[in-house]
Amino acid sequence: MLGKLTWAAIPFNEPLPLLSAVVILIVIFALLALITIKGWWPYLWNEWVTSVDHKRIGVMYMLLGLVMMLRGFSDAIMMRTQQAIAIGPSQGYLPPEHYDQVFSAHGVIMIFFVAMPLVIGLMNFVVPLQLGVRDVAFPTLNSVSFWLTASGALLVNASLVIGNFARTTWWNYPPLSELAFSPGVGVDYYLWSVQISGIGTLLTGINFVATILKLRAPGMTYFRMPVFCWTALATNMMIVAVFPILTATFMMLLLDRYLGMHFFTNDAGGNQMMYVNLFWAWGHPEVYILILPAFGVYSEVVATFSGKGLFSYRSMVLATLGICVLSTMVWLHHFFTMGAGADVNAFFGMMSSIIAVPTGVKIFNWLFTMYRGRIVFTTPMLYSIGFMVTFVIGGLTGVLLAVPPVDFVLHNSAFLVAHFHNVIIGGVVFGAFAGYNYWFPKVFGFTLDERWGKAGFWCWLVGFWLAFTPLYVLGLMGMTRRLQHIPDPSWRPWLLVAEFGAIVIFCGILCQIAQLYVSIRTREQRRDVTGDPWNGRTLEWATSSPPPAYNFAVLPKVETIDAFWEMKRRGLSTAEPAYEAIEVPRNSATGFVTAFFAVATGFALIWHIWWMAMVGVLAAALIMLVSGWSDEREREITATEIAQLERNRLVPGQPAE
Amino acid sequence: MTTETLDRIATAVPTELARGRGGGGPASKRVVVAYGFWIFILSDIIMFSALFAAYAVLAGNTAGGPTGRELFNLHKVFIETLCLLLSSYTCGLGALSAERRQPARFLFFAALTFVLGAAFVVIEATEFAGMVEQGAGPTRSAFLSSFFTLVGTHGAHVTCGLLWLVYLTAQVMVKGLTAPVLRRLLCWSLFWHALDIVWIGVMTLVYLMGVG
Amino acid sequence: MRCRGSAVLSVGVAALGGCSEGVLDPQGPIASAEWLLLLNATAIMLVVVVPVIIAILAFAWWYRASNPRASRMTDENYEGRIEFVTWSIPALIVILLSGVIWIGSHQLDPRAPIASKAEPLRVEVVALDWKWLFIYPDQGLAAVNELVIPAGKPVQFELTSATVMNSFFIPQLGSQIYAMGGMVTRLNLLADRPGEYPGFSAMFSGDGFADMRFIAKAVPATEFSTWVNEAHGVGQALDLSSYSALAKPSKAVPPTTFRSVAPNLFERIVDLTMSGSEARTLSGSEKVGAAICRPEQQARD
Repeated sequence: MLGKLTWAAIPFNEPLPLLSAVVILIVIFALLALITIKGWWPYLWNEWVTSVDHKRIGVMYMLLGLVMMLRGFSDAIMMRTQQAIAIGPSQGYLPPEHYDQVFSAHGVIMIFFVAMPLVIGLMNFVVPLQLGVRDVAFPTLNSVSFWLTASGALLVNASLVIGNFARTTWWNYPPLSELAFSPGVGVDYYLWSVQISGIGTLLTGINFVATILKLRAPGMTYFRMPVFCWTALATNMMIVAVFPILTATFMMLLLDRYLGMHFFTNDAGGNQMMYVNLFWAWGHPEVYILILPAFGVYSEVVATFSGKGLFSYRSMVLATLGICVLSTMVWLHHFFTMGAGADVNAFFGMMSSIIAVPTGVKIFNWLFTMYRGRIVFTTPMLYSIGFMVTFVIGGLTGVLLAVPPVDFVLHNSAFLVAHFHNVIIGGVVFGAFAGYNYWFPKVFGFTLDERWGKAGFWCWLVGFWLAFTPLYVLGLMGMTRRLQHIPDPSWRPWLLVAEFGAIVIFCGILCQIAQLYVSIRTREQRRDVTGDPWNGRTLEWATSSPPPAYNFAVLPKVETIDAFWEMKRRGLSTAEPAYEAIEVPRNSATGFVTAFFAVATGFALIWHIWWMAMVGVLAAALIMLVSGWSDEREREITATEIAQLERNRLVPGQPAE
Repeated sequence: MTTETLDRIATAVPTELARGRGGGGPASKRVVVAYGFWIFILSDIIMFSALFAAYAVLAGNTAGGPTGRELFNLHKVFIETLCLLLSSYTCGLGALSAERRQPARFLFFAALTFVLGAAFVVIEATEFAGMVEQGAGPTRSAFLSSFFTLVGTHGAHVTCGLLWLVYLTAQVMVKGLTAPVLRRLLCWSLFWHALDIVWIGVMTLVYLMGVG
Repeated sequence: MRCRGSAVLSVGVAALGGCSEGVLDPQGPIASAEWLLLLNATAIMLVVVVPVIIAILAFAWWYRASNPRASRMTDENYEGRIEFVTWSIPALIVILLSGVIWIGSHQLDPRAPIASKAEPLRVEVVALDWKWLFIYPDQGLAAVNELVIPAGKPVQFELTSATVMNSFFIPQLGSQIYAMGGMVTRLNLLADRPGEYPGFSAMFSGDGFADMRFIAKAVPATEFSTWVNEAHGVGQALDLSSYSALAKPSKAVPPTTFRSVAPNLFERIVDLTMSGSEARTLSGSEKVGAAICRPEQQARD
């Protein structure tokens, strides 16, 4: 009746998971109770859950990413602590069965449910506004994308309470991930949650490519788009190109596990090397999918806070597209040690180092944007400068690892761990934080507190270097990754410094939480009344903060790069334009309902509850039939209503566009 | 936005802005929907590429079991191919009828397409069942796993296409050939033709090369 | 210039390491060559990276809004000469590195035998859960979690796994290589001097992974012969049945030796893994599930 699910799935006899599960459940129930008592359900349902507005969806993505970062970070602290304690004869406090789940979950959560939602959230909010249009190409699909991503996150977290997670690393290589070596539900939790959220991400890719290529304000030719939109375009093209590979690969592994097939098994002709190739054919472009939007953020932030246009827009675009293409040609550098031979290794090593060229060009372009500018050290600008220094070193270690013989002694070591955290934290996470601070006033109508923001930045920067420099050294000293206990007591001082660094990062997170709290408490003092708090250059700053549902009452006519800067330079028109009726998409419950059944189906498949899985699949089909029937997808806002809304929000200095 | 509003915006833009460098303003809904669907089809083809790659790697890994030469019946493959290619032809005729707002003719060609597609699915299903009965099911070897998955995924796509066709036919009968319905028919026919192209790949790389 | 820079780097890093171990302490030609490559590549890149970092911090500081002495510019955001330089510098570095990569990859191909007057020793390596089995086919010996090799002689490894993917790695001797089920990979290493060099698996393989460690003991050639002779008189014989007992999952296995090895045991292990008799433990329900899913296989068995 309930497949493999029994009471034994709940970790009653394991204190740590049980305690965390209880705490999380209490928090969730308290939140639900609060919402019920305050009567917020109608508001949440109408304004957020069923919203298809890209601005709302963007905020929900960011919220998901930031909350999941707390979960991923707690995994990190657990790992650091275990490695600081379990040295020599000590076994620490996390036995292998748990430690292995912790580091696997840490990787999966950070990549799929923190970094991806953060960059997708930023792109969701900003891209349509920067393009000068009202929404993305397929708003309802956008909502479905978000809710499917959230479904995946929910399933991963459910594994903490019911059953357990995969113990196979975030890569899930076979044969370790095959039924013979991982018979439990953990790997299935991994596969179904990533498969489900992967569909959401693929739909986002399709949505944004169509939006950026087919929906731009009149006059906005390709080379008048903001650089953030170019990076968003490259990112989403890569998503469309590579996420299907991951879908196919996981489908094959699922077929091995559920139907006894032999794609990757040791026996009957399976080929584990093929999984490795397919996984990294997705995996390498994935990390560029993460970093390119961050690069876009830095381009916007550095230009704005240097008071100067971005240096060499065209080479930025060329470099972005170059990275987009090259990133699909380097995947083998993740397994030089598999024994492919010198010619193959050398080819991929050379291709990997070639990517340093467009990346280096970008760094130089940001450098020369600052040159002879007028630099203001706001929190986003600090993150950008911190990024430039940190990322350059991370890139150096990356190109080092691209030399196959060097990789032969550093592969899978702590050095590698330090390298990729160097580029992901220094690049992606700092970019997300810069974007968060930069666009917050546009989203919510007031700026964030600068003091707490800067304190958070310094903690993150110093904490990062304290946490990961020891790992570079330890890798050179011969420490491999994923060790549940440490064999060599002479490594203790380094591991203690790393633990201290993690604690400093934790202080950074506390500063960020404090920043949000204080900013909300004192928001009236930092209201953004003009819509343009930073003297920005791109079109999103031409709207009010927050923008109305329809973004622009009249679509702007674009004639140059940095369209808003040009508008300000020419002076703002004060005459009221002729308003016309605007059609906006109606809210839709399709996303949420789809996600509900996705979670049910995923859970059912994980626990082999076949009847429930069938019900879920049929429900999904039904949803598609129902939502695919109606033609009444939009509602109209009349010209008079728009005129009223615009008059109410217009303030002097605000362009009447 | 309605098509009319967007069209008005588009024509209000000076022509020099619109000259081939993407400055024409937001495209119409029909263009955007078709474009988005094309991108979806591209992503689906990439998924098939991964399955093709897996097949290419595993085709020789028969683990001492049956090979393609022993199993494949090229006569049946020929008939399947004919069914699918003909169904693309009838699909095209149906699309023309829809564009010309001729619902009766459209329904006729839709029915033909359905029958041909269903014939394909039935033949393929019997092929699979026969192989499983012989002990050459997907769990026998890596070669067979990749065969069943690649060809079966294509067959599953065809089946979904048939169900989708029924659904759209219902929409035509109830709502007539309105603009939204026409957009959906456009997407459907793109899907159907793409599946035909994938089948050419399957037929060549799996069956013809497997037997040859 | 580059050699001196590398030397400085080398000393600096070693001093930073406190003690010298692992990659920082190469004890064989492969490891030495790889260490040198690491230093050279780093030095090449630092030539660009250090000035760039200094420029970032210097520009950020000098062009701050509150600096009255800084010259400002707001309009111009393209300069062809700078453009040329910003593309050329990374391109030149990459071209240089590509040469290093091509040559280095070929010279240090794990499969390439090490040029030496001495006759190579053959060792066959099997990754098990969670220990390492070393078979000496020419000496008719085997050992678990201890690799005794003669110093100054090249060792030709052939590696496989009887379970999941592992990676055989002795940092002080150089390159690691994956060990995979049903497949054989090749590696060539040499220890210059006698010593004890830690080795382990560098690919996570399950609960016992952290204990999958061994010591590579390089000994003078005469001592090696002595060890071989002594080992022949001690311990069990390694045949298929004692191998099956050995292959059962176990952690932190103390080093042992086997007095003899069944002929072609390594090849038979590779075949065995390919034909599917290696699952760790299938519970009762999993066996049933497997039976449902694989009726043909059950029929064959």
